[in-house]
Amino acid sequence: MQRKLFKFNGGVKPATYKTDSTREPIKAVPLPAQLIVPLHQHVGGTPYPLVETGDVVLKGQRIGAADGNVSSAVHAPTSGRVVAVEPRVMAHPSGLTTLSVVIEPDGEERWIDCEPISLRAMSPDQVRDELRDAGVVGLGGAVFPSHLKLKPANGGTDTLVINGAECEPFITCDDLLMRERAEQIIRGAEIMQQLLQARRVLIGIEDNKPEAIAAMQHAVSARAAGSMEVVAVPTRYPAGGAKQLIRVLTGIEVPHGRRSTDYGVQCFNTGTAYAIADVIDRGRPLVSRIVTVAGNVERPGNYEVLFGTPMNHVAALAGIKPGTDRFIMGGPMMGFRMPAYDVPVVKATNCILVGSPELFPPPEPEIGCIRCGECARACPADLQPFELYWYSRAKNFGKAQEYHLFDCIECGCCAYVCPSHIPLVDYFRFSKSEIWARERQKHAADVARDRFEFRNERIEREKREKAEKLAAKTAASRAAASMAAAAAPAGTSDHSEDSKKALIAAAMARAKAQREAIAPQNTEALPPDQQAQIVNADAHRAAIAPADGNIAAQPTEKSPAEG
Amino acid sequence: MLSALLVMAGLAIAIGAALGFAAVKFRVEGDPLVDKIDAILPQTQCGQCGFPGCKPYATAIASGEADINQCPPGGEEGIRKLADLLGREFKPLNAENGVEKPKSVAVIDENTCIGCTLCIQACPVDAIVGAAKQMHTVIDQLCTGCELCLAPCPVDCITMEPVGETVDTWKWHYPVIPIRTAA
Amino acid sequence: MSLNSPYLRKPTSVTRVMAEVLLALVPAIAVYAWFFGVGILVQIALATATAIAFEAGFLKLRGRPIGRSLADLSAIVTAWLIALAFPSIGPWWLVVAGTAFAIVVAKHLYGGLGQNPFNPAMVAYAVMIVAFPALMSQWPGAGRLDAAAQLDLIFGGARAVDAVTAATPLDSLRTGLRAEGSSVNALLQGDGFGLFAGRGWEWIAVAFLIGGLYLLARRIITWHIPVAYLGSLAALETIASIAAPQSYPGPVFSLFSGAAMIGAFFILTDPVSGATTPRGKLIYAAGAALMTWIIRHFGSFPDGVAFATLLMNLCVPLIDMKTQPPVFGHKTKN
Ligand code: SF4
Ligand code: SF4
Ligand code: SF4
Repeated sequence: MQRKLFKFNGGVKPATYKTDSTREPIKAVPLPAQLIVPLHQHVGGTPYPLVETGDVVLKGQRIGAADGNVSSAVHAPTSGRVVAVEPRVMAHPSGLTTLSVVIEPDGEERWIDCEPISLRAMSPDQVRDELRDAGVVGLGGAVFPSHLKLKPANGGTDTLVINGAECEPFITCDDLLMRERAEQIIRGAEIMQQLLQARRVLIGIEDNKPEAIAAMQHAVSARAAGSMEVVAVPTRYPAGGAKQLIRVLTGIEVPHGRRSTDYGVQCFNTGTAYAIADVIDRGRPLVSRIVTVAGNVERPGNYEVLFGTPMNHVAALAGIKPGTDRFIMGGPMMGFRMPAYDVPVVKATNCILVGSPELFPPPEPEIGCIRCGECARACPADLQPFELYWYSRAKNFGKAQEYHLFDCIECGCCAYVCPSHIPLVDYFRFSKSEIWARERQKHAADVARDRFEFRNERIEREKREKAEKLAAKTAASRAAASMAAAAAPAGTSDHSEDSKKALIAAAMARAKAQREAIAPQNTEALPPDQQAQIVNADAHRAAIAPADGNIAAQPTEKSPAEG
Repeated sequence: MLSALLVMAGLAIAIGAALGFAAVKFRVEGDPLVDKIDAILPQTQCGQCGFPGCKPYATAIASGEADINQCPPGGEEGIRKLADLLGREFKPLNAENGVEKPKSVAVIDENTCIGCTLCIQACPVDAIVGAAKQMHTVIDQLCTGCELCLAPCPVDCITMEPVGETVDTWKWHYPVIPIRTAA
Repeated sequence: MSLNSPYLRKPTSVTRVMAEVLLALVPAIAVYAWFFGVGILVQIALATATAIAFEAGFLKLRGRPIGRSLADLSAIVTAWLIALAFPSIGPWWLVVAGTAFAIVVAKHLYGGLGQNPFNPAMVAYAVMIVAFPALMSQWPGAGRLDAAAQLDLIFGGARAVDAVTAATPLDSLRTGLRAEGSSVNALLQGDGFGLFAGRGWEWIAVAFLIGGLYLLARRIITWHIPVAYLGSLAALETIASIAAPQSYPGPVFSLFSGAAMIGAFFILTDPVSGATTPRGKLIYAAGAALMTWIIRHFGSFPDGVAFATLLMNLCVPLIDMKTQPPVFGHKTKN
């Protein structure tokens, strides 16, 4: 039973604050007055809405369809009526809005017809499509579409890691899920193992959750799956980071920018495993998840929450204490402050952490870095945060990248230990988004440069061609004239020349008529100066008319961006 | 004393040599100056600098014919970068060339557009599609916001719309000005 | 102030770190006073007052919040180190000038806390020993001077120095070795030497060692610098004393003489001016040991720790850059 575990460097051991919210079982949440379901709740393309205002939807009905393969569907969390499809504030620190479907529940919770999916009758690709259309994404917080991760690796998948470590303080949703619904998690793991053709399944749980470990072990032995093993891992934040857990369980370090499948490992959250079993065995798409409510509340606990439920609706059940000044989505180490109290619970919401100044006192003012190296000792990615800080602060992004800025997982360990109270992660987040913005800008500039140069070339070429044509024409007509003068009986060519001219004249007349016919009708009520401008423009247009079809057609013909 | 001095001198030489070696070893071969300048310019191709595009302006800067503060879309940051690159003093944007504005894209009012193609001819980056007598549309990802299409439009149906922030373009702020206690 | 995660912070601060360092210096100061009289206490008081005054003044000049910055105690650590590095019977202005120089030039002109490339205390020492070599070499002998005499030396004008001061053990050993036909063993029997190093001084060194071990236990410092420094110095001395037993006193004497102990645990470990990466710390400390050894035996200054520190401070950026530990996932080339 004792398996050799590996270590990741760094990490910290903050107080866990977990016991309070594990006292009671997972509770249900009464339906709120409105559910606000954002269409974009995952990594990848934004689903397009399938419903309109006024539509009646059933629970589990697809209301947003995956846009392409790197995307995932969204479903009505309950039955009711769509009252709006409009941008609403989303659960994101930016406070920006996103297109959301607002549903007024009818209180009946009528499900769509749920058909269990037979794994045998379907090809793996079909199963993956089903998972995509059932909206299954990683529920650990990364919300990456799961179907994309459920392809066996080229070299074969060796290990499927089920992540039940849950290392962030306060959060206990996976803990409770494992305690109460271990069997279905294991069932989900089996399905994933089958899809991945993984040799073994390792379920990593931090050793501060003995009940969850026991429940999961029981479920594993009940199913007698020999290739599955529950492993207790030492409690040390961030042991629940996918890369850290993979390291602890298998000794493999997956570098930044590489996928773990390339190393024969794939990692899923317990909640995701549970959701997958729901989809396959019961045909139910993902419409809810377990959410921990903790922090400045009377009765911390876990709730099964429909997506779209406003956070304050859920938190109120736990009794929000006075002094609350913020909601944090996620844990205290990596969570984000919400822009409002009524933002909806989404697939990424593992925890609503109710914050207050007493619980999370404002950090002391930042003072100079003393290069003590504490941050480097705490960093699980083996970075030198003080160097990253130095360069980020100076906005020397090139250097920051040289010091592996993008290997930073924003776990917050460095800022946690810094004796100078420097908000290191803030600097890193700032640098990263700044670098991305610059890359976007640079890309746009490059495209613009290419297109500009292409256009200039085209204009050059056209000029050249026109000049050549003109030269050829004059040469030809001169030749023709001299020929006509020399020998009269060459009438046939003369005739064709004439007919061509007539044709062109006719075409021009037609074009003119048409142009007049579609002359703008919305220019009548304009002030005289603008009328004059239009007349001018018309005259100008008449002047350039013979060329216009030519030029207009050009850009669409071949533009480098589309090619 | 003497030997200590010698040691120090020796060390200084050694470090100097190491640094020099590093400088030689890690030096990157540079692009020609014009390309370097052009890489800083925003490629809006708007002509506000007084040149028919960014590349010509870059060439003019490189040859000393133009100053570094004539590009409004590049704004202050652009001027700073140019100043850095060329080892010159920063100077504020020349107001004669225009003012720095938030990035916008052109939008054609599709009801008003008469399909005259004038804007298509004006667009420096071929970001407008449409054919004669057909309604035109701006491909907003390609539009640089140069505003060159506004003037030619005979029916004034093109407007500039600021580019809104989305989750994908949203940025984290620079951490609140640190109170750097200098103890 | 940040409104973003992490919202939890370890209860730690620069103040706490510096307070631990001060605490760790207390035993050595006590032993110092026990053997050599109250001079050291006076010097510490002088240095502390100067440091606070100049720190506050400069912070005000730079428009920084004074209270909070003073509260981080780093200036006081600098002051104490200066007092411990300077002779305890030097005139009052010596330590005041040194401390002022350290705070103003070596620290604030470089940008304040965290920005100074050189250890301020060692800058002060180096500047003062170059400027006032004689005054900086007059040390009290163990138990020779009573309090009144010491105070007179510090604050009084006249200095009948030769009668009352002694050279440090390192100094007298070196001077002694210059004489024809001398040997280390014979010299170590002489006055001013104790059980295994200088009389009195050896116990101060032991107290520094104890303080250093305390810092290690409290995880204020890591083992790298002390181990690499003391280890390298001991190795060099061992080799030298095997090769030439007549001229080299051996590792024990070396480690417990001069500023080796305080250097290993309190000076080289200054995080701001020292190397930060683990491997970098080893290289940095070993380099400092080599420098110390060279200056001690071949230089003209009595002790090499200060110059060794400053020289290695110079190399820190390069060392840190070249010794970055491999990043997660990049350790082995796949
Ligand atoms: S922990 Fe803070 S003070 Fe220490 S090196 Fe890192 S950033 Fe600097
Ligand atoms: S936030 Fe980034 S730099 Fe800081 S400890 Fe975590 S991984 Fe390292
Ligand atoms: S002003 Fe316009 S054309 Fe000139 S460099 Fe700037 S973006 Fe390019």
